[in-house]
Amino acid sequence: MSRNLKEKFNLSSGEYKQMVQQKKPRPPLAKNLVTAFLSGGIICLIGQLVLNFFMGLGFTAQEASNPTVAFFIFLGALLTGLGIFDKIARYTGAGTAIPVTGFANSITSAALEFKKEGFVTGVGSKMFMLAGSVIVFGVMTALVIGLISAII
Amino acid sequence: MCSQRIGNHTVKIETPVYLSYSGVVSGPKEGKGPLLGDYDEVKKDLKLGEKTFEKTERRMMEDACRLALSKGNYGKGDMDYFIAGDLLNQITVSGFCALQHPVPFLGIYGACANLVQGIGMAAMLVGGGYGEKVLTATSSHNCSAERQYRYPTEYGFQNPEWSQWTVTGAGAAVITSTIKAPRVTTVTLGEVVDTGIKETSGLGPAMAPAAAATMLFHFEELQLEPQYYDWIVTGDLGEYGRQLTLDLMERRGYYLEGVYSDCGTLIYYPHQQVGAGGSGCASSALVVLGHIYRRMKKGELNRVLVVATGAMHSPTSCFQGDSIPAVAHAISIENE
Amino acid sequence: MEYLTAFLVGGLFCVIGQLLFDLTNWTPGHVLTAFTVAGGLLGSVGLYDKLIEFAGAGASLPISSFGNALVNGAMAEAASNGVIGVLTGMFELTSTGITAAIIFGFLAAVIFNPRG
Repeated sequence: MSRNLKEKFNLSSGEYKQMVQQKKPRPPLAKNLVTAFLSGGIICLIGQLVLNFFMGLGFTAQEASNPTVAFFIFLGALLTGLGIFDKIARYTGAGTAIPVTGFANSITSAALEFKKEGFVTGVGSKMFMLAGSVIVFGVMTALVIGLISAII
Repeated sequence: MCSQRIGNHTVKIETPVYLSYSGVVSGPKEGKGPLLGDYDEVKKDLKLGEKTFEKTERRMMEDACRLALSKGNYGKGDMDYFIAGDLLNQITVSGFCALQHPVPFLGIYGACANLVQGIGMAAMLVGGGYGEKVLTATSSHNCSAERQYRYPTEYGFQNPEWSQWTVTGAGAAVITSTIKAPRVTTVTLGEVVDTGIKETSGLGPAMAPAAAATMLFHFEELQLEPQYYDWIVTGDLGEYGRQLTLDLMERRGYYLEGVYSDCGTLIYYPHQQVGAGGSGCASSALVVLGHIYRRMKKGELNRVLVVATGAMHSPTSCFQGDSIPAVAHAISIENE
Repeated sequence: MEYLTAFLVGGLFCVIGQLLFDLTNWTPGHVLTAFTVAGGLLGSVGLYDKLIEFAGAGASLPISSFGNALVNGAMAEAASNGVIGVLTGMFELTSTGITAAIIFGFLAAVIFNPRG
């Protein structure tokens, strides 16, 4: 808290933050958890259907996950492009953010937004501004684990 | 001490300075709110046929200026100064809008306090004899602000209940020494203060102490009670910032309940899902230059204190771990 | 039966994510990164693959499976080619996801415009 604010209101920074916390409404946790559970569950349910469809075409279980993931990325990108994804995500929250649809949305929304700044300086450069950390930290984790497993 | 400078923060505008004309343009969501009858124009979508949201915001500021000037039959080059500010990096909306007005340009940045800072500075220029007519304008656009401060507009995320919605709109005012209208009587310029808060989705709580501090400067230096005014409004503290301001003022013995509202809570209906309320430069501009100005001209309100707050952070400062400093400026507008 | 487990496990992953969104001040980027790292850590001891066997798409669709795939790729190639395998094998299993995201994201940017 700035010194003069402290003098004016006789409050420390911690005390003011407490005042703020008391005013802040609680998030509707129960409702959010239920919608996240249902929407995420449904996406994965559909994912299982898609997975089985590809296995029916002759892919093994391991191989079929590739086109399945690609399908959901396509879906996430399409819904983002159509302007629908963010409207759904307002209600579903983690239900659409945690599955790979959220990854697709973060890349597509950034690509879309910076389109007007050029395809090289906009789309190309800024596409990974939100999703980049997922890739970077995934790689760093795999590096550490991989090195440990190579040495052991 | 100068005769017109009352305290360390407050200036009394002794010679008559009038808020002679206003122009107010709102976005579509604001046009569905309770104050829609007070706006000169309601735009029907967020793009207006422009290629980017930034260009749309420029159009809106240009339209607000055009409306204000035309009411006084002024040409674009008739003003003595053009003072403008907005939320975008390097205030490009204001800079590009100034291309249309071939007069000396003063770009300002007080974040969401731009409206009051602009009118305050214009009043001081006119009251001090440095000009007779000054145009001041400010704007904000939900998408251009989201894109710069938070996330791409199509990104799917949930806003917490205490978050605020950046108002899409623009307001312009012509301040003169000659055309009689509600007078700008005092200007109280605030200091930047920091409460250590880092929460960016709803800035009201970070700015409330600045608003309360500036109100204290105003009341103490002018030796006024809050009840002197018919209405006291803050720019965009939202519902929780408003409640915090009430509590802070009460600690110093000033009771504002019944005479104090926040502009951000007046622009939208509850079902429009704006969290704690509106924010942005247009939050104060739409209410003050639209609703309040209209009622003052009718005589329904005669003495109004407008306290607008601005958060002086940037995404960079937040990522680098800084908290959010805030400033608040106030003007009093009174009918003669 | 496999549909039920996919639904339940997928839903549970999302509940954990929602708890992090609502109870902490972590950004979505932090939460997704945490899921990816967690998936990688579980994958390092073979637990994540067991989860995929049990829940199918319920475990392979959440972003955590991406971390698992990166770790598996690195470990598999390291087993056959030593330390250098960590670098060469990492993106073996994840290349579909990243390639698809770039391609579809780019195409969407070509075709669509943001609406706000």
